[in-house]
Amino acid sequence: MSVMVDIRSVHKSFGSLEVLKGIDLSVRAGEVTVVLGPSGSGKSTLLRTINHLEKVDRGAITVDGVLVGYRRSGNRLYELPEREVLRRRTRIGFVFQNFNLFPHLTVLDNVIEAPVSALKRPRGEAVEAARRLLERVGLADRADAYPRQLSGGQQQRVAIARALALEPGLLLFDEPTSALDPELVGEVLDVIRDLALQGRTMIVVTHEIGFAREVADTVVFMDDGRIVEQGPPTEVLERPREERTRLFLSKVL
Amino acid sequence: MSSDTLAKASAAPDVPEHADALRIVPHRRLGQWTAAAAVLVLLGLAVNSVLRNEAFRWDLVADYFTSDSVLRGLWLTLWLTAVVMVLGFALGTLLAAGRLSANPVLRSVSWGYVWLFRSIPILVQLLLWFNIGALYPQLFGVRTVNLFTPVAVAIIGLTLHEAAYAAEVVRGGILSVDRGQIEAAQALGLSRWRRWWRIVLPQAMRSIVPPAGNMLIGTLKGTSIVSVIAVQDLLFSVQLVYHRTYQVIPLLMVATVWYTVVTSLLGVGQHYVEKYYARGSERAR
Repeated sequence: MSVMVDIRSVHKSFGSLEVLKGIDLSVRAGEVTVVLGPSGSGKSTLLRTINHLEKVDRGAITVDGVLVGYRRSGNRLYELPEREVLRRRTRIGFVFQNFNLFPHLTVLDNVIEAPVSALKRPRGEAVEAARRLLERVGLADRADAYPRQLSGGQQQRVAIARALALEPGLLLFDEPTSALDPELVGEVLDVIRDLALQGRTMIVVTHEIGFAREVADTVVFMDDGRIVEQGPPTEVLERPREERTRLFLSKVL
Repeated sequence: MSSDTLAKASAAPDVPEHADALRIVPHRRLGQWTAAAAVLVLLGLAVNSVLRNEAFRWDLVADYFTSDSVLRGLWLTLWLTAVVMVLGFALGTLLAAGRLSANPVLRSVSWGYVWLFRSIPILVQLLLWFNIGALYPQLFGVRTVNLFTPVAVAIIGLTLHEAAYAAEVVRGGILSVDRGQIEAAQALGLSRWRRWWRIVLPQAMRSIVPPAGNMLIGTLKGTSIVSVIAVQDLLFSVQLVYHRTYQVIPLLMVATVWYTVVTSLLGVGQHYVEKYYARGSERAR
């Protein structure tokens, strides 16, 4: 299978704090990669560098063979103008921990915003597509509600529909269930699981070990800005090779 | 409370068998009643003296209230306020964007503007613009005094002053919008312009409207300062009348009542604008 995301020796610092200390990772198309690790391990930053919400200091990331934030010429990477970065970003869906729905827009307007304004789709077409997506996440009847009138779980499902509205080839989830009450986690994971079964390429940063075991093709364990180990869930989660992985798993399980 | 006192309290015979038969008597606050009575008496005395004092000449107030010259002055006050608010907020929004920009030159210049125009009293500024001809007798081949008419000076001076304050109001509104909103819009590929108009500004409006309403009312009354450069606003119009008739108080009352009426109407308008921008903010029921 072809490689969808290729991350090569990525370094990133915030001031004097180095949060990514040389990450190499490749994700094949149609696979689900779950990234685990203690907080502060750099997993969210890594995810954000993939769609260029965070710039890297060194290294390169390609999505579907394309550098998201740069243009390469010889040995140099030239930063792209924002317009071009935005265009390339529409191929990547991003789901935030805090949903970040637009509170002043209805659920439907949240979902059609990007197709209409970034992809220049006709409004009628976008509305139809949005209604189908809302149906898929089980919220067809809440299209005219405002985000704050929904539960956290429903908001996150709308956020997933909003990300899907761009028909992205890659979906990134940044701790999608961490801000939810425990009883609402299941409904969001169900939606993500469905997407996985359809063969979507996804990278999910999460603390849900059970979900990782069930859905992931590859589990990546990160600590202190480095990938400690990676492999199929049966190996990383059941028979971790590294002491740090074992220690982390013993704490969260 | 220690477990000791808790035990005592629950053991006390204060609560009888049938607790629902108990009636709760609120504590009477004698001081509050006395204060209210005193204030009402004072208010009554004040209203009485205003109505009974012949020197107010309420009959004259009624006569002049809708006279042509007063209405013309009122009209100038209204459109001057509108023009100054629109231009002031337009310039203020640009300045706020400058203050928040990544470009250090734009940041410093915007900061400098706000610093300068908040430092100069509006009266001093109006007089400076009014006398600009002393610095530049000719501008663009025209005599400066012909360009800087009193009304033009009023618009320029008030707008530049307004913009400095508007810039801070708008900046505060923008900063009140959660950073995640901008990130979400970026992640969805929305253009800079779209992020600003569709996502940030409508949300910022919730914090912008209350202080902007304050500024609008302040500006409405503040325009009365242009009477010093002989612009015929509401205040100047009544002054023209009382310089002729010597009925100073009745004509100042005409202006006072008009300012109050317009201010009250603006307050009502603000309520509806706030309601509009609060959409989507109520919690789940």
